[in-house]
Amino acid sequence: MAHELPYIAAIVEAIQLEMERDESVLYFGQNMATTENEPFVDAFGKDRVRVTPISETAEIGIAVGAALAGFRPVVELYMAEFMLVAMDQVLNEAPRFRGMSGGQVKVPIVLKAGYGFTAGWAGQHTGTLTGLFMGVPGLKVAVPSTAADAKGLMATAIRDDNPVVYLHHYLLTLEHGEVPDGEHLVPFGEAAVRREGSDVTLVGTGWTVDRALGAAERLAEEGIQAEVIDPRTIAPLDTRTILESVEKTGHLVLVDQATRHASVSTVIAGEVAEHGFGSLEAPIVQVTGLDATIPYSEPLEAYVLPDEDKVVAAVRGVLGTAPVTA
Amino acid sequence: MGTLDGGQAARLLSVMWSIRLFEERVGQLTRAGEVDGLIHLSIGQEGVAAGVCAQLRDDDHVYSGHRAHGHALAKGASPERVMAELMGRDTGLCRGLGGSMHLVDAEHGFMGATGVVGGNVPLALGSALASRLGGSDAVAVVFFGDGAVQAGHFVETVNLAALWALPLVLVCENNGYAEFTPRSAHTVVERVSDVVAPYGIERATVDGNDVSEVWEAFARFLAAARAGGGPFLLECLTHRVRGHYEGDPGRYREALAEAEWREKDPILRLERQGRAAGWFDEEALGGIAAAAADGVESAVRFARESPFPPAELTGQMVYADG
Repeated sequence: MAHELPYIAAIVEAIQLEMERDESVLYFGQNMATTENEPFVDAFGKDRVRVTPISETAEIGIAVGAALAGFRPVVELYMAEFMLVAMDQVLNEAPRFRGMSGGQVKVPIVLKAGYGFTAGWAGQHTGTLTGLFMGVPGLKVAVPSTAADAKGLMATAIRDDNPVVYLHHYLLTLEHGEVPDGEHLVPFGEAAVRREGSDVTLVGTGWTVDRALGAAERLAEEGIQAEVIDPRTIAPLDTRTILESVEKTGHLVLVDQATRHASVSTVIAGEVAEHGFGSLEAPIVQVTGLDATIPYSEPLEAYVLPDEDKVVAAVRGVLGTAPVTA
Repeated sequence: MGTLDGGQAARLLSVMWSIRLFEERVGQLTRAGEVDGLIHLSIGQEGVAAGVCAQLRDDDHVYSGHRAHGHALAKGASPERVMAELMGRDTGLCRGLGGSMHLVDAEHGFMGATGVVGGNVPLALGSALASRLGGSDAVAVVFFGDGAVQAGHFVETVNLAALWALPLVLVCENNGYAEFTPRSAHTVVERVSDVVAPYGIERATVDGNDVSEVWEAFARFLAAARAGGGPFLLECLTHRVRGHYEGDPGRYREALAEAEWREKDPILRLERQGRAAGWFDEEALGGIAAAAADGVESAVRFARESPFPPAELTGQMVYADG
């Protein structure tokens, strides 16, 4: 059975279910749990649900220490950029301990943060900083694009024995979707094929999955069948599903909101160029954010981001139905 | 707890000798190329590691920084496995993957050394939170230098530790140098214990080269933390005999005169105290040092005979499965 929920509520449902299931799950962050009436405090008490000062380094460091001591903290960070003031903890403490200790310890924490809020939030609250996290061995990175996956990936993240950066896309916050009732786990490292097609493979993550699907609908009107793949986690990254799709379609267009040189699309392009070159009938094209700080001004913000028009144009280019202009 | 007795003094002397001789041997092996990599020795600071760790249980979590060998040994890590780790061997504490700056011995509650100054301080607060939530009387202890106090992690952690009243003992080894920079060049606050004053944390500054002072001050904080108090800060004024790292030319300071160092040396001081108190005679003192020397040589043999880890270990250690 399923029920309809907004994406953000699906995440909350997963945290709530996991906290009911496992007493070692803690939840803390800024601006939360300040009154006894808040549902999480009411359900789980102020020992397990805590408000913190604006101290990201301490918040994440405490989570790592508590995880080393057997707890499973979820840190509410609100915005991915807020992790930037705590980079030592995120990139150099949490993911290193297992390896550096020779496997003696584990760090099961979830760093929950929104990202990509390109709705006039300008340069410091809009980044798609996936490249920072996915390149650090030991970290897992989840980027749900649907309400169902938002729930299932959060539940899996909490149960995972490794540090997980769980990035929920702010532009999807109120998008509704069918969410399975009760326990729902989405495995890490397994891409979802959102639309099947035979002519071209589109890969998107988070908000760009819908951009790719929108483009695919328009291309279908031209007789072009696009397959749309959503990796769902970018570390681990399911390159096999992408390679199998490219083997079938012979064409690959990657859609990513991140700046090009820090995008998952660049990593996928590299993997497919190396391992799927024989399948490619045309060069890979990447439709990414431009290498620029997101501008405040609305037309300029749109200019630097990928959109359906750019995806459609790129597909026409790789299929030879229009000149390549990238 | 309370003041030191003869049995405790003998144990502390043994721990300090073990650290001293271990560190001196590591220095030699570094110069000989048998220990490879970045090495920071704690010669001169043994009184802090011994005075604190000798009072802890295995379920008390300890965190350390880049100068970690002494803390790990004092917390119960096997010298064989620490030496093997420094030589990058599969039998090392961390199977050769961590090395000098990242020693972990979870079995003895040595939860880890971190190489970024101050990064360990919030981790220890996490252990203190876990202890409180788990209903245990275990405490968390973090060792850091005076250089770490100027880092943001420190103040963030002190604030939260005080706010949540967690059983954490912050132990500052104030050796007067943040790596290569004297304290006067990086802060106007002379005493680390003064930095935490506005938070209402119970605190003390002691002569860290007098192990009995360290012992007594820490015993008081430990008892209070076990009884539900916290946090606490213990500032131990000490002296780093070697440079910041092995190979440091040390142009930024003058070496202590031999006579002055003999006055300060925590091992010689405890020996003098013990003789005066009638705790040990010359024969007992000789026996303690000789046993420590044997332990170090046995550790070197063990490490030399141990294999390097297999290459596939690197891939296996990226993620914990399950």
